[in-house]
Amino acid sequence: MNFDFSDEAKELGEQARKLLAEKAGTGPARKAMAADAPAMDAALWKEISELGWTAARVPEAHGGLGLTVEEVAQLAEAAGGSLATVPLVSTLLATEALVLAGTEAQQAKWLPGIASGEIIATVAWSEPGAVNPANVKTVASGGKLTGVKQPVADLPVAHVAIVAAAGDDGPQLYIVDLKDAQTAAVETVDLVRRHGKLTLNATPAEALGTAGDYQDWLDRAAIILAYEAIGTASAAMAMTVDYAKTRVAFGQKIGRYQAVKHKCADMYIKLELARAHALHGVAMIGTNGAELRQAAAAARVASLDALAFCAEENVQLHGGIGFTWESDCQFYYRRNRALIAALGPRGWWADRLVRALEQRNRAAA
Amino acid sequence: MDFNDTPQEAEYRATVRAWLEDNASEYRDPPAESWKLPEFIARSKAWQAKKHAAGYTGITWPKMFGGQGLTPMHSIIYGQEESRWHVPQGLYSIGLGMCIPTVFTHGNPEVIQRYVPKALLGEEVWCQLFSEPAAGSDLAGIRTKAVKDGDEWVIDGQKVWTSFAHASDFGIVVCRTDPSMPKHKGLTMFIVNMKAPGVTVKGIKQMSGGSDFNEVFFDGVRVNDSHRLGAVGDGWKVALTTLMHERLAVGGKPRYAPGYETLMKLAKGVEAPDGNPAIGASDVRQKIAQTYINDQGIKLTQMRALSALSKGQVPGPEQSISKVVVAKTMQDLASFALDLSGGDGFVAGADADPELAKLQGSYIGSAGLRIAGGTDEILRNIIAERVLGLPGDMRPDKDTPFNKSTAA
Repeated sequence: MNFDFSDEAKELGEQARKLLAEKAGTGPARKAMAADAPAMDAALWKEISELGWTAARVPEAHGGLGLTVEEVAQLAEAAGGSLATVPLVSTLLATEALVLAGTEAQQAKWLPGIASGEIIATVAWSEPGAVNPANVKTVASGGKLTGVKQPVADLPVAHVAIVAAAGDDGPQLYIVDLKDAQTAAVETVDLVRRHGKLTLNATPAEALGTAGDYQDWLDRAAIILAYEAIGTASAAMAMTVDYAKTRVAFGQKIGRYQAVKHKCADMYIKLELARAHALHGVAMIGTNGAELRQAAAAARVASLDALAFCAEENVQLHGGIGFTWESDCQFYYRRNRALIAALGPRGWWADRLVRALEQRNRAAA
Repeated sequence: MDFNDTPQEAEYRATVRAWLEDNASEYRDPPAESWKLPEFIARSKAWQAKKHAAGYTGITWPKMFGGQGLTPMHSIIYGQEESRWHVPQGLYSIGLGMCIPTVFTHGNPEVIQRYVPKALLGEEVWCQLFSEPAAGSDLAGIRTKAVKDGDEWVIDGQKVWTSFAHASDFGIVVCRTDPSMPKHKGLTMFIVNMKAPGVTVKGIKQMSGGSDFNEVFFDGVRVNDSHRLGAVGDGWKVALTTLMHERLAVGGKPRYAPGYETLMKLAKGVEAPDGNPAIGASDVRQKIAQTYINDQGIKLTQMRALSALSKGQVPGPEQSISKVVVAKTMQDLASFALDLSGGDGFVAGADADPELAKLQGSYIGSAGLRIAGGTDEILRNIIAERVLGLPGDMRPDKDTPFNKSTAA
């Protein structure tokens, strides 16, 4: 049995965590929160592109490194833990769609630029009034899209968006060159990651794969975002644990109190469950396994549960200081909302998990 | 990444599988009626002897103690294959899983020679005598005393929650030998003959109605000093060797405990408050999802540990979450499913639906599982302290002589 990341993927993850610990983290995140701050850390983006992070999943034929989703997962976790203000996860999600469903011509057009870091890509499914990825109202007609997408992560810095819209067979993905589209910044609860509003008014778009590919991409996106959430939740847990080891109340470190330490243990438990399902998802992608849909949905739900719990209890266990503007607790607390918005709420994914289990039961019967 | 055996593992698995096909055929199906104790013991002994002759006992033990000197992976593969059959299980799990490794780690050569081979062969059954009425989670607070008398020790006191004490020939017992020392320091471990004069075993009737454990009373029981395990005063250290093995043993979901599939099936046949089948209700679907996430998450976590073992590495600490998740998930699922079934979930005995009766059993049994082998609270302490590095609880009696602390 070899249910673990490859040594190569772990090494890349280690390198990413080390670099981002130095160049990102809550300090830069706080600077990025200022209204007049740049929408991304361009110097860091250049550095990580040169290191090949954006090229990881791009096939070698298109100027990439042709690595696996294991490397993508490691990068997403490192990005999540560091709160880095670079559009890395958005670009990884879009890359996964192009690699999964793109024609040779579509891949040749977009992937080399993504690999080099010159092209920033994002994904857009969310719409005003829509609460889940199966229910998009943006319409596709004659190679043009009409509708409104918001909030779209990293839209203010992106060059291309992979957009979900209602096609003939249900929702599917389209490629929209953002120079043809109208974009605007949108304020969100997450004050660090920039989001935008994409207004599509008979905007030219190319279909990317089929309605079935959209469903398969949702599985992959759920797993990549699960790793981002795991990274963010781990950082919140580490912050809580550090504080519980130093803060003194009633004559002893608060980490000695079971009311405090048991919450820390619960953070760890939720995180390990999320890691187990996310790794299952990665294994299913790598082996074309039949349990991908259930693994992806379970990873999504478990990682959101872990992040919500870690982010919320991190503030709580810090007490009053945790509620101040100066405290770093708010970054994780707010990012929790960003990661829910990124691919739809827990409830929808829990239902998708049960549907996948029902389908498997029927198939087995 | 894959879930496959390495070629060497596959080869061992195939050998084990073929041997079981040839030797376990009478255990292909579960017994029509569960075995009474004498039959269970007889079958367990016969099966153990058969395994022993074929080299499937003490798989990870050193060869010098009669083991096979193989890896934990070999032992796990054997266990996985054996669990596909309905062979008698459990009589030796404490003795061979915990007691005998303690004996061969801390016993003198004569004692090892006398006891280890017979235990491995299954001729003699062992039990572990640690918990007491006043010392459960706080195990070092035990009061059963042993007093030196010439070459012998005289044991007086009471132990509790001893599995298979009524079927055991020997046990390992931790006793207080010096009450003037702080509580962890004045303890010593002994091998005790369960048939010796002064040993009385009484079954405990559990909340479930079953009787899996015993109380054991010691009244002037004499043990030769040669049967001491480890130095006088080192009993706590010796007990930790034993408990390390227990934590590995008490883990996953019990084999027959209901899981998410049970709720899925049940919810098709009962009504939600709005009159529609409950399987469509959001809270039911959320509960199915959560149960899958917890139970399957633990299985996958165990596979992560197995992968480390398979590569010859030490598994990470993540397995420490197993029991605390599994036991509570079992209780929550059973409670939710019985709730969904209304009065039908409450009617027991001959009038009960068999599936609901199983859930009732699971609801009651899970209350015990949340305590056995480390309570939820102790396990959370262990995760917080050993994995996350948080400081230990405040222990006002830690450095006080035992006979001066409020506990004594």
